Order: sequence, then C-alpha cells, then structure tokens
Amino acid sequence: MPMLILGIESTCDETAAAVVADGVRVLSSTITSQVQLHEKFRGVVPEIASRAHIENILPVINQALESAHCRLQEIDAFAIAHRPGLIGSLLVGVTAAKTLAWTCAKPLIAVDHVHAHLYSVNLQPADDQQTSLVEPASPPALPAVGLVVSGGHTALYHLKSWTDVTLIGSTIDDAVGEAYDKVAAILGLSYPGGPIIDQLAQQGDPNAIRFPRSLLGRNSLDFSFSGLKTSVLYHVRGHKGRQRDASSLSQQEINNVAASFQSACIDVIIKKLLRARKQVGARSIVIGGGVSANRGLRSALAGLDIPVHLPAPAYCTDNAAMTAGLGYLLHNLGQHAALDLDAIPFSQFAAP
Amino acid sequence: MIYRSRSIAQTESIAADLASTLRGGTCIALEGDLGAGKTQFVRGLVRGLGATDRVTSPTFVLLNIYGTGRLTVYHLDAYRVHGTDDFQTIGFSELLEQNGVVVVEWASRVKSLLPPDTIDIQLTALSPRIREIRITPRA
Repeated sequence: MPMLILGIESTCDETAAAVVADGVRVLSSTITSQVQLHEKFRGVVPEIASRAHIENILPVINQALESAHCRLQEIDAFAIAHRPGLIGSLLVGVTAAKTLAWTCAKPLIAVDHVHAHLYSVNLQPADDQQTSLVEPASPPALPAVGLVVSGGHTALYHLKSWTDVTLIGSTIDDAVGEAYDKVAAILGLSYPGGPIIDQLAQQGDPNAIRFPRSLLGRNSLDFSFSGLKTSVLYHVRGHKGRQRDASSLSQQEINNVAASFQSACIDVIIKKLLRARKQVGARSIVIGGGVSANRGLRSALAGLDIPVHLPAPAYCTDNAAMTAGLGYLLHNLGQHAALDLDAIPFSQFAAP
Repeated sequence: MIYRSRSIAQTESIAADLASTLRGGTCIALEGDLGAGKTQFVRGLVRGLGATDRVTSPTFVLLNIYGTGRLTVYHLDAYRVHGTDDFQTIGFSELLEQNGVVVVEWASRVKSLLPPDTIDIQLTALSPRIREIRITPRA
C-alpha cells in the first residue's frame, strides 16, 4: 500500500491541496487559480485576501481528494505549509490541516514552503489510471546547491541532505520574479510578467542593450535586482527631459529590452549558482519556484557541466504537491507537529 | 521639508535622520514611481532605528517585519492590492495598533485607511541618480 499524504498550501495567493503517494507520485494537485474552480465559485477569486483562502480551502481539499480517487479516511498524514507567509493566510491552511489531523487521528506534519519548493524536483505526475509508475529519475546527488526563484523569493541554499539545509545567499532588495513583473509593467505588458517576457525574449536580441549585472563583490552569494529594474526603466523612459513610455517603442525594441533584461537576470543567476557550487563542493543543482519554468533559464542551465534538477512545469509555481512530498519525507523521519502548531511569517532558513 | 539626494547612501541617511525622531504608533505613506527608491528609503529608516534586519521589497509578500531595532517596523506594499478590503484582510488596522512604525509603499492606493497623522513622503527621480525627497507631516 502506498503511503498517502494530503498537502495543504495557503502561504500566499494560492489556496492549494494535493495528494501524493510515497513522496513522489502526485495523484492530484489542485490550486485555486485553476479555471474550473473559478467557475465553480462565482468567477473571480480575489488575489490577496485571506478571506479568499477561507472560501476556497474546503472545496480545494475536496477536489484534491476527488481527483486522486481517494477518501479522506485513506490519507495517512496531513502536511501543511505553515511558514513563511502572511499570518492571516497561513492560519487558514494551518487550521484546516490541524482539524483534519485531529478528526482523522492521523499525524500532522509542518513544512516550510521554501523547503518544499526545493523538494518539488522529486515530484512525478501520475497518469490518470495510476496503473503504471513513471520511471523514477535519479535523485539529486548530495551535497547540492539549492535555488528558489519566484516572485517572493530569490535564495541559495546548501543541501547537505534533504533535511540539513542552510541559507547561503538571498536577495538584498527585489526577488527576480518581482523584477520580471515590474519590467513587464514598465514595458506595458500584462501580469504576471515572467511568462510574457520569456516569450518576447525568444524574439529579441539579448545583446541589444547591456544592462548591469549586479554581483555584489567577488564572493557574495547574495542577489540584487533593484538596480537592473531601474536601468530598464531609464532605458525605456529615456534620460532627463525625455519622458517616453513603452508605447513609443517598436515591437522589436520591446523584444530586445525583454531579451537583454532576461539575459542579465540569467547571467547573474548562473554566476551565483557556479560560485555557490564551488564554495560548497556541490555535486548537483536543485531549482524550484515559478522562475524555474523560464525557458531562457532552462536552456542556460542545460549548458552547465553539473547535473541540474528542475521541477515538472506544473510544480514550479506554488502548489501543495511539494508540501505533501516533503511531508512524506519528514513523516518517515518521525517529525510530526503538535496540534498547537503556529503559523510563522518567516522561513526556518531566514537570515540570522 | 524637501531634500535632494545624490546617492542611495544619502537617501538612506536622510531616512535614518527621520527615524531618530519617530515614536511608536507612527504611520508613514511612501509614494514614488518604480525605481524611485522607496525600498532604499525604508532600509535607511530601519537602520536609523538600529535594526540589522535585511530590508527587501514587500511587493509580492505584502508585509515584511523588522524587529531588531528601537521600534518594530511593519513594511507594507499596496502595489498588488486591488482595494482597501484586500489591505484590511492582511491585518492593516491591527498593525497600526502595535506601537511600532508602519510604512506603506504605494500608499495612495489605500489612502482612505491611513490615519490622520500619517507622515507623507514623496520620492521623485530628477535624474537617474538624483532624488527629491519631500517629507510632509500631516498633523
């Protein structure tokens, strides 16, 4: 019998639930931004409000169980992402998970959302019939360098093991995904900015504009993307007295800005990964978070002479399958949470 | 009060000077275009309160809390917020009652929620380097 973990995630905008078998096989992964769910619940889901989490949490959990063809009684343990995030949002998921664990008399497992993003490389989608097992890819060789890149996070980790993880660098200002969103706004593009800039960049010249690559000194593993964002702004607006906006740029010029901006981001990420690899003697690289779906980044990573592990596209952005997956690993180590578990705004790996 | 800053360091030091005058229960509304230096200003403010926390943009996470200084700083960002309701559900009113310093970037989006004695700070880029910093206490 496979061990079934139900994961719950409400750390930021998404309410999500998932059922994962034996820590790798994703039987279901439901998130509120999925269209079907929007239709079920009166169309628009407010982006931010914790109230939205309250309205969505039970339908999302039910949907996850239904899609996995599994009954609540069959779940072996409940994993909850209880940090980092907004307290109000976290509390919705934490309360749901505690209640389920208590009523089903099954263990509760507390998971760090950022840690779960790293774990997401181990997840494999199960096929609909759940008859055939996907051939498991070889697990990442340890020690590894971990990178979480998203709208809210840009951080490097040293993974000695899956449970011995240290923060070794992070952004000192903007997260890379945020820089993408803000550059998209400067270029008059839609939100979220990541996928659209990635797409336009494929048609642009990455060498058209030399945007700055902030490396913060020879040995630093920290990131800074704020200056890059500002230099894109000045490139588009023009300098003193020439207040333009993106509407005065041709499509090719916009593509070139997108490609040159993306190239600057990717250069910095690759340089920092290689620096970190050297400093910790890593045998592989593990990457998670929304920006890990970026095609430009993926093709740059493919050229590295070290194995790079990336999540399947469905598990790059926030989801609960990664919560359930990591929950399985912690469950096997006997790391269960008490029913007085708190929601905590910062990551367990936060800088001291 | 109107200042002219010629560098990031100078912007931070203007903010640090302001920090030395702040009391618990203060709300600060920060306005300025993308890249004007709002987060830099908050970094100066946090340093001026003696805190060592890393100050990063709260655009995505909506709220950062820096607790190692003389007063706790609640650093909020209304850039992604769709209305005052959204802002209330992240606990804005409660934060105002914590006797710390509440700083709101893109504050005009939640204007009606700001207390009457809010300090308004407008950052304007006069050139790629030079910023005008206008500090207006309301009370």
